[in-house]
Amino acid sequence: MPLLKNNAFVADDWVHLADDEAVAGQAKVTVSAERLVRDWDELVRLPGLLGVRLANTSREFDLNPFLPQLGLVVLPFPAFGDGRSYSIARQLRLDGYQSELRATGNILPDQLQFMLQVGFDTFDVTERFPLEAWQKASRQMSLAYQRGLFRKTGEREVWSERHQGFAPWEEQPHAG
Amino acid sequence: MYRYDEFDHQFVRERTEQFRDQAARRLSGEMSEDEFRPLRLMNGLYLQLHAYMLRVAIPYGTLSSRQMRQLGYIADRWDKGYGHFTTRQNIQYNWIKLEDTADILKALADVEMHAIQTSGNCIRNVTTDHWAGAAADEIADPRPVGELIRQWSSLHPEFSFLPRKFKIAITGAPTDRAAVKVHDIGLRLHRNESGEAGWEVMVGGGQGRTPMIAVTVREFLPEKELIPYLEAIMRVYNLYGRRDNKYKARIKILVHEIGAEKFRSEVEAEYARHPQQTTEVEERELARIAAYFADPRFEKLSRFSPQFEDARRTNPAFARWATNNLATHKKDGYTIVNISLKAPGEIPGDATGEQMRVMADLAEAFSHDELRVSHAQNIVLPHVKLNDVYTVWQKLAEHGLAASNHGLAGDIIACPGLDYCSLATARSIPIAQAISRRFADDRRQEEIGNIKINISGCINACGHHHVGHIGILGLDKAGEEYYQITLGGSSSEKASIGTILGPGFAHDDVPDVIYKILETYLKLRSPGEEFLATYRRIGVKPFKEAIYAAA
Repeated sequence: MPLLKNNAFVADDWVHLADDEAVAGQAKVTVSAERLVRDWDELVRLPGLLGVRLANTSREFDLNPFLPQLGLVVLPFPAFGDGRSYSIARQLRLDGYQSELRATGNILPDQLQFMLQVGFDTFDVTERFPLEAWQKASRQMSLAYQRGLFRKTGEREVWSERHQGFAPWEEQPHAG
Repeated sequence: MYRYDEFDHQFVRERTEQFRDQAARRLSGEMSEDEFRPLRLMNGLYLQLHAYMLRVAIPYGTLSSRQMRQLGYIADRWDKGYGHFTTRQNIQYNWIKLEDTADILKALADVEMHAIQTSGNCIRNVTTDHWAGAAADEIADPRPVGELIRQWSSLHPEFSFLPRKFKIAITGAPTDRAAVKVHDIGLRLHRNESGEAGWEVMVGGGQGRTPMIAVTVREFLPEKELIPYLEAIMRVYNLYGRRDNKYKARIKILVHEIGAEKFRSEVEAEYARHPQQTTEVEERELARIAAYFADPRFEKLSRFSPQFEDARRTNPAFARWATNNLATHKKDGYTIVNISLKAPGEIPGDATGEQMRVMADLAEAFSHDELRVSHAQNIVLPHVKLNDVYTVWQKLAEHGLAASNHGLAGDIIACPGLDYCSLATARSIPIAQAISRRFADDRRQEEIGNIKINISGCINACGHHHVGHIGILGLDKAGEEYYQITLGGSSSEKASIGTILGPGFAHDDVPDVIYKILETYLKLRSPGEEFLATYRRIGVKPFKEAIYAAA
């Protein structure tokens, strides 16, 4: 599966470990949320970067204590109509998470801009659509009414533009 | 009235072009119907029994003459010469060709309209009081906030893939004409002890197969906090609303399953967790929008209009219409004209292209260029001088628009039913037509007085049968249509869900049953008592006896 980042297909340099798979000196690894909690003391001492793969249902799981140490959070879209990860992404960014946020699962080009706007920056996409389809989809709309979005493809915030003198919402720090 | 600025224009234009591209890809076969479906739904395009149906948003039910004229043009040019006004203050065209859709959306964009989010699992068109800005009892016009919510909810990146559709209704008056307690979120403007205006925020109302009355989540939310607070509610719903079963996915089920207390604490926790940096831009934006809704230049007039009184004295048909179809305006010498789209035997909510143009012309000449669509599927001219009412009525009468049954038995809410809708289990329109013919005698209707008869052609309740004083639900039993009757529903500030009368009835028996229910009411009412009050006093039993004992 290609990884889409900054409107280009790039190689995924993260290794995604199953729960029973040993860490073997890789530079960048992701683990499940369960393993993150279980093996935290061991994982946090690893020399490389650490990421986590979340379910979109783990409501009792408080990621906040781990956030500053994480280099990647992966959020799933089990079906393209299952929009929970949009809100989880927004919460993570509002909570101050600054590193890479990746969407995986059922992602259609027509959803790409929404995902960028809530703070995702990399995407596990299918090979069905050519790169141009994703590039075009990333800038379908040049305007957004909502404030506090990520404006990676340069869309303007209507309300902030109308009321000059107010800076747009402070641009939230962004990975990639 | 709100006018688009360059941003609004550009936004709708880009969206229209995007859809034109999607429709072209579908027509060329590049895209499958499965893939096209979610895209067309987010632009208001349904596939119904016989054709595509396009649902056009009429934000907070307000139209200018120019917009109404354009709706008439679309009906004539691309449909069969008529359109259907809905219970959500929208208009639907039932005979649309896919290849025409992008051109229709362009024609809408030309008059600052669109079909964005009239369908799909997103925040739908915001509805409000159809007498907003004109009603005598209003605290403030709710439409500026309606426009603020329209903009905020348009292509909201976080809330475009909710568990299910989401409907918000707003009222700025103590008398609730917007049915806010049977919406996913209902907002009621009121004042606290120190005189400041704020919102009562109600969540989890709804109809469908599980009717519920909304619970109050905040008694008093300061006006300026509305958008961030709505975001908190939406986020809680988006994260925790059920997605395993489409019929349990509305927010009312979440509120019901976890309980109002728990839901409230989730929302408040989310709201406290991510406080908005500032609401100053929202306040400025609301002030900018509110300026568009300033009162039109009303003349200083006497409360008494000799022309109006003369016409009433000399023309009994006009007098009857004036009694039933006019409502008190906040300014002396003005009135609110309610145009009933329920002429006896006609389809509730339907209007021809020609009728739309007539109403548009009247609004331009006599109602400060404004019209409203009501959730009862009627049209309102909100600001008519008493001096002009007789002229308006004459013109309406020439075009079959002067039915004098506003608020009476013939003023029926009905969904399209099995005549159009792919979800329906029974027809609604012929039932509505038969009942309105049965009560065509104006005097009989007036004797009965205020009554809301609502008809749905399936359990999804688009015809609001749960909150009809008399509700009629069309079902299917072994291939036969039959109709279940409920009594005592209401969508007012004292909202209630109707109680089932008993076993259902065959299609042809329904008008007689309704007639008997109302005869029973006339027999048992106290002087001056309306149907709903009588029902609430005596309960379902006497009606049950009258109907089933005779059978």
